[in-house]
Amino acid sequence: MLIYTESSLDPALAIHDSTLSAGDGWMHEIRAGQTFRILDLEGNQAVDTLFYNAHDFADRYSAQDTIRAQGSLYLTTGTQLISSEANTLATIVADTCGRHDTLGGACAAESNQVRYALEKRPMHSCRDTFLLMIGRWGRGLTKRDITHNINFFMNVPVTSEGALSFEDGVSAGGRYVEMRAEMDLVCLISNCPQLNNPCNAYNPTPVRLLIWD
Amino acid sequence: MSTALFEEQLPGGSAWSGIVRRHTTLRITDLAGGANVALLAYNAAQPLERLNLPDTLKAQYTAKLTRGHVLMSDMGRVLLSIIGDTCGWHDPLGGHSNAHLVETKYGVKSYQQARNERYRNTHDNFLVELGKHGLGKRDLAANLNLFSRVNVDEQGRMHFTAENLTAGAYIDLRAEMDVLMVLDAGPHPLDPSPVYAPQPVALSLLDTPPPEPDDDCRNFRPENGRAFTLTERLYAGVK
Repeated sequence: MLIYTESSLDPALAIHDSTLSAGDGWMHEIRAGQTFRILDLEGNQAVDTLFYNAHDFADRYSAQDTIRAQGSLYLTTGTQLISSEANTLATIVADTCGRHDTLGGACAAESNQVRYALEKRPMHSCRDTFLLMIGRWGRGLTKRDITHNINFFMNVPVTSEGALSFEDGVSAGGRYVEMRAEMDLVCLISNCPQLNNPCNAYNPTPVRLLIWD
Repeated sequence: MSTALFEEQLPGGSAWSGIVRRHTTLRITDLAGGANVALLAYNAAQPLERLNLPDTLKAQYTAKLTRGHVLMSDMGRVLLSIIGDTCGWHDPLGGHSNAHLVETKYGVKSYQQARNERYRNTHDNFLVELGKHGLGKRDLAANLNLFSRVNVDEQGRMHFTAENLTAGAYIDLRAEMDVLMVLDAGPHPLDPSPVYAPQPVALSLLDTPPPEPDDDCRNFRPENGRAFTLTERLYAGVK
């Protein structure tokens, strides 16, 4: 059963309000205490997201530590995003989608070759976006820092027998997830350009990103 | 299989790292039952290429690993093939322990108190072994836990299943490139036992032939076949 939690924050009062097109990246600092919202504008868009401690990039989002800390695979309201050094990066405080994946990782040129066909390598992918963003940013992050991400709005259920499937999204246009930064963060997003997977109806779409003080 | 190229015991709570050469097979045996081995793997020639569990799981539509599966890198290649397994379920979800988890669960037993009977944690042991190869915190990725089973229920809750644990259980991991392997025989972080009692494993390196066209791991899924093709391209032209 999915539980939905709404937010009372007013977009007119946000200090940051931008639209991120499908296939583009976003890298931004979020300060401790600020609230960050990702809004799925058209529905079932995958938003591949990584967080780093802004003062120590070796201390970054850890999918395994996050799911083990809460004893549960799916991310929603109340989830604490845990770092590789066992610190709390952020807490999900509102969620009108109800379930987010952190098992499926990001698409990459090379994993697209494996999953779909060897000829798929030139297609746009999240890992390429991550690498372009950290390359442009130029402050010391490298490929070794591209670890296992959150897929906001994606639904990747696991069965009791250990099978993994990619189900239709549980999101829809206008759904959002909101988190409070528990430390100064750097957030890295790839708004997924995947055209081989039916989970976004083969149509990647834009998302809206907002930050409140 | 042939006689072992080397054999070594890994006491519970201790770690190991080394390069497993292409087309040799590391057999890891749970000697007493109840062992857990946290595993990381890297391309020894270029450790920026490393085990990627999300890619491994989604390509093979699984949240457990057993015979027929392969462990894939972030570059679409096969690091290790599971060519033998008496266990049936190895856990890719639970991650590894850190100092805080071990202290909270088991208390403190320091070197000063207990010498080499001290309580250890996998995070610190990984950092020691990674450091021997010039790697560190930023090279930590999601790890596999051999011999441990974590079931997920309909709500997504994770349950450690103790029935998986059998003395003599083994897994055979064939390297498909020269692989830097890092192993730690610490307790699984979701093991509910309040007693710190990590169990020993045996490591045995075996000389095995390269995978044939009809290899089980290569043919497990079309995705695996393509990952083998990409791996073989890495060695194109090598005499």
